[in-house]
Amino acid sequence: MPAPVDVSAVIKQSFPQLVERASADHPAFSAPAGDVPAVLAFLRDSHGYDLLTDLTAIDNGEDATPRFTVVYHVFSTTAHTYLRLTADCSDDRKPSIASVTSLWPGADWHEREVFDMFGITFDGHPDMRRILMWEGYPYHPLRKEFPLAGIETPLPDIEVSEETGTKVLPAPMAGGPFVTSSGEINMAKAEPRAKDESWNEKKEKPL
Amino acid sequence: MVSTNTEFAYNTKIEGDVVVTRADAVINWIRSNSVWPMPMGLACCAIELMATAASRFDIARFGAEVFRFSPRQADCMIVAGTVTYKMAPHLRRIYDQMAAPKWVIAMGACASSGGMYRSYATLQGVDRIVPVDVYVSGCPPRPEALLDALIKLQTKMRDERSAKRLMSA
Repeated sequence: MPAPVDVSAVIKQSFPQLVERASADHPAFSAPAGDVPAVLAFLRDSHGYDLLTDLTAIDNGEDATPRFTVVYHVFSTTAHTYLRLTADCSDDRKPSIASVTSLWPGADWHEREVFDMFGITFDGHPDMRRILMWEGYPYHPLRKEFPLAGIETPLPDIEVSEETGTKVLPAPMAGGPFVTSSGEINMAKAEPRAKDESWNEKKEKPL
Repeated sequence: MVSTNTEFAYNTKIEGDVVVTRADAVINWIRSNSVWPMPMGLACCAIELMATAASRFDIARFGAEVFRFSPRQADCMIVAGTVTYKMAPHLRRIYDQMAAPKWVIAMGACASSGGMYRSYATLQGVDRIVPVDVYVSGCPPRPEALLDALIKLQTKMRDERSAKRLMSA
């Protein structure tokens, strides 16, 4: 079934608790965390949004409440339209939200990545493990308090750590983070370099 | 010249099927001309590594065409690509599984220093977990650069005290 032209009206009629969200491109709604599976199931089964194109999250800042927002992008392969749904996690310290792996099996790895990077657990996920960082890594790297350079931890393998006498060390930022100027005609100027000097190892990251 | 011998090349009629040399020279000559690389292809450098092995650049000209995907059969690990901390212990284990004598080429910026990946996930230079013999600059290096690294490694091999090490091993 193709998606109706004005899906916003239909969705607001069926789910009055949804709040429209500012968006530069596609219709976007914010839903209470508990309603996400129901809203997505409704969109998938009744309005042709049959493809989950992306599932990610936002860290709104260390002191922000609600701190974590999970973002769902769904696409209708018949009407060729996108829709964005967001949901705030209620708990800022131990954020969690219902898994949508029962709707789209493909959500499995997306949710594992969000768990790995942000530490948001997905209730009902069949295999809630890290996917990018190794098992036992103590941090969630995309959280705002985590520095880009990293934090000192042991290597994933204790034996190798002992043999080589090395560990995971913060990367030398050397004036970074480095930024490229895409679209620059002068290739020498387009090279990645430390254009943003707002913080590096000589200058603390501003709070 | 004091000698009256005007023959500069090896002549069996004069020398009588005997070549006199040092053990080091023979061992190093054999080793340096039959390097069996272990292709540790982890990122885009691996594509250039494949190009180096292919017909146009043809690493076989330097005796290193026998790429072995088993560390037991290899003696030169070419680390071609970005090494993440998650991959680092596996890389070290593969290195440990290679039979001595063994050498390591750090191919490209990432393997040599972490390259452009100044981040929490990337090992900042493979020399932190394995001893590196030759570093190759470039992102990725041209095949010529890798061939040059191989020639430099061969030069290095030819200066090694191999016989002494064999005796003490």
